[in-house]
Amino acid sequence: MRASAIPQWGLPALGAALIALAALTDARLALILAVWFGAWALNAVLAERARGRGARFFVPLLFGVTLLALWEMAVQLYDISFVILPAPSAIWARMVTETPTLWADFQQTILKGALAGYIMGCGAAFLAALAVDRSPFLQKGLLPVGNFIAALPIVGTAPIFVMWFGFGWQSKSAVVVAMVFFPMLVNCVQGLKASDAMQRDLMRTYAASYGQTLVKLRLPTAMPFVFNGLKICTTLALIGAIVAEFFGSPTVGMGFRIKIEMGRLAMDMVWAEIAVAALAGSGFYGLVALIEKRLTFWHPSQRRG
Amino acid sequence: MSAATAYGANDRSGAAGWIAALSSTVLPVLTIVLAIVAIWYAASVMMNRAWTLDEAERRGVQLTVMEIVSDAMNQERPVLPTPHQVFDELWSTTVGEPVMRERRGEMQGNPRNLVFHAYHTLWPTILGFGIGSFLGILLAIGITHSRAMDMSVMPWAIASQTIPILAIAPIIVVVVSNLPALNNAVSQGWISEDTKLLVPKALISAYLSFFPVVVGMVAGLRSPQATDLDLMRTYSASRGQTFWKLRLPASVPFLFTSLKVSIAAALVGTIVAELPTGARFGLGARLLTGSYYGQTIQIWSALFMAAICAAALVILLGALEKIVLKRMGARS
Repeated sequence: MRASAIPQWGLPALGAALIALAALTDARLALILAVWFGAWALNAVLAERARGRGARFFVPLLFGVTLLALWEMAVQLYDISFVILPAPSAIWARMVTETPTLWADFQQTILKGALAGYIMGCGAAFLAALAVDRSPFLQKGLLPVGNFIAALPIVGTAPIFVMWFGFGWQSKSAVVVAMVFFPMLVNCVQGLKASDAMQRDLMRTYAASYGQTLVKLRLPTAMPFVFNGLKICTTLALIGAIVAEFFGSPTVGMGFRIKIEMGRLAMDMVWAEIAVAALAGSGFYGLVALIEKRLTFWHPSQRRG
Repeated sequence: MSAATAYGANDRSGAAGWIAALSSTVLPVLTIVLAIVAIWYAASVMMNRAWTLDEAERRGVQLTVMEIVSDAMNQERPVLPTPHQVFDELWSTTVGEPVMRERRGEMQGNPRNLVFHAYHTLWPTILGFGIGSFLGILLAIGITHSRAMDMSVMPWAIASQTIPILAIAPIIVVVVSNLPALNNAVSQGWISEDTKLLVPKALISAYLSFFPVVVGMVAGLRSPQATDLDLMRTYSASRGQTFWKLRLPASVPFLFTSLKVSIAAALVGTIVAELPTGARFGLGARLLTGSYYGQTIQIWSALFMAAICAAALVILLGALEKIVLKRMGARS
């Protein structure tokens, strides 16, 4: 079997050629390229050789650190204006000194606005799916309509909800509920249909009641779909809560802070908020994925060969 | 839909089968839509009633129930506009206004026309969708062919989507509109000032639309079964040949599914990008001015226009999908 049309030494040679070419015109560019290719080569070797959990954790980490290092180098070497792009070190310094503010914003936006809306919206969608599931007629109607609404720019309802529910976290939760409801509903309804006819027949031969079939067969088979919906909704919830703050909020919150600090051109603070939002979003997603792994260990997508 | 058609074809034929198929798919959808409209009317009466009663009390008039209901359905600035008010507004701002108007001696787009705003939102959406899906496909090809890329890029692609877009939208606008290259291009006359305003919006929608394509394409490129890949190996096919003749064709259905998700995401991206940037034209700008001046009907009509755009784009992609799959020899 031929592995590839490009020989094994092709890519390193290409990298070296690029670095040499850059060195002729701009030494700074050559340095950045050298760091990039060096880190990438290390990553490629690690990914090929190493196996197991350690590599799975270390390779993406190395890639992320490389990106941060390149960002820092680019800012320092090219003297990029602070207003356009602050260096990661400046952002980190700001995050350390402004921790109480960031924590207060995090509580207001994520813990109150996003999380409350996420729980209410996903819970309501799950219950609605259970209700719709009993009528095939409703299912047939609801799936296309729900799919259509799930594709709509629901963020646009943010100004309306702020008008209705005031500036507090309640209006943010309402936006989040509206954003997560239909994606979650569609996933749950599809999930409840996921069990095979054979499996349902088996339950019938056991004379299982509706409740027994639901708990022992259909909810477990629905779990991968339900978790897919829950994972999609984590990012939607964060976006909804932050966007809604743009239309009016108390003087605390991540969206509020970003808007205000943008106006003061304090870009390091803006980036610090973004970093917190990204960390919170990844953590939230990771948590849901972890619970999924625990609950649906039997599903093919969770098995690692 | 295919299940319904099969059901109709089994026991009936011709027109009768068609009607059966139609009623088994259209009727439920219609029922749900009607139910939503009914709930909407009820909700708008409930929410607008307070203002009507308040006004009547101030004037010292007793209203009958019917009068209250009809007033609540036809206020100028309702808390929740009724469907017919929204459609009146939609109609009068699309058909009732000229698309172009004369101003300072030249023909320009008419900012009172909603089609004009939709145009200003659709262009960046399509441009951003193009950039985003192209990059997404490239990234997916890299991920399926390089283990290092798979392990290092994929987790960060997921992490990138947890960054709330509104947070980066103002930054992208500031950075992009200050790019020396872009300003150069404007002063050289290569692109117009309007096109320059379009670039940051397109980039934000590209940022949102690349992710679904990456996920769908990676799944699609990995969808050929082990036996198919083994067959390619017995032919002594190179990686390039396997890619062009097996992986790429196998990924097309996955590609179209994710393109539909990603174009809807691109539209959301453009609208959100218009919010913090003080855009004057576009559906997002329309939402913002509506919210500033309490014009609820304007907000809802802009939302519906956005919905119509999203539906049109998705339907267009669906039609394209059908044509492509048919030419590839898929059974309908």
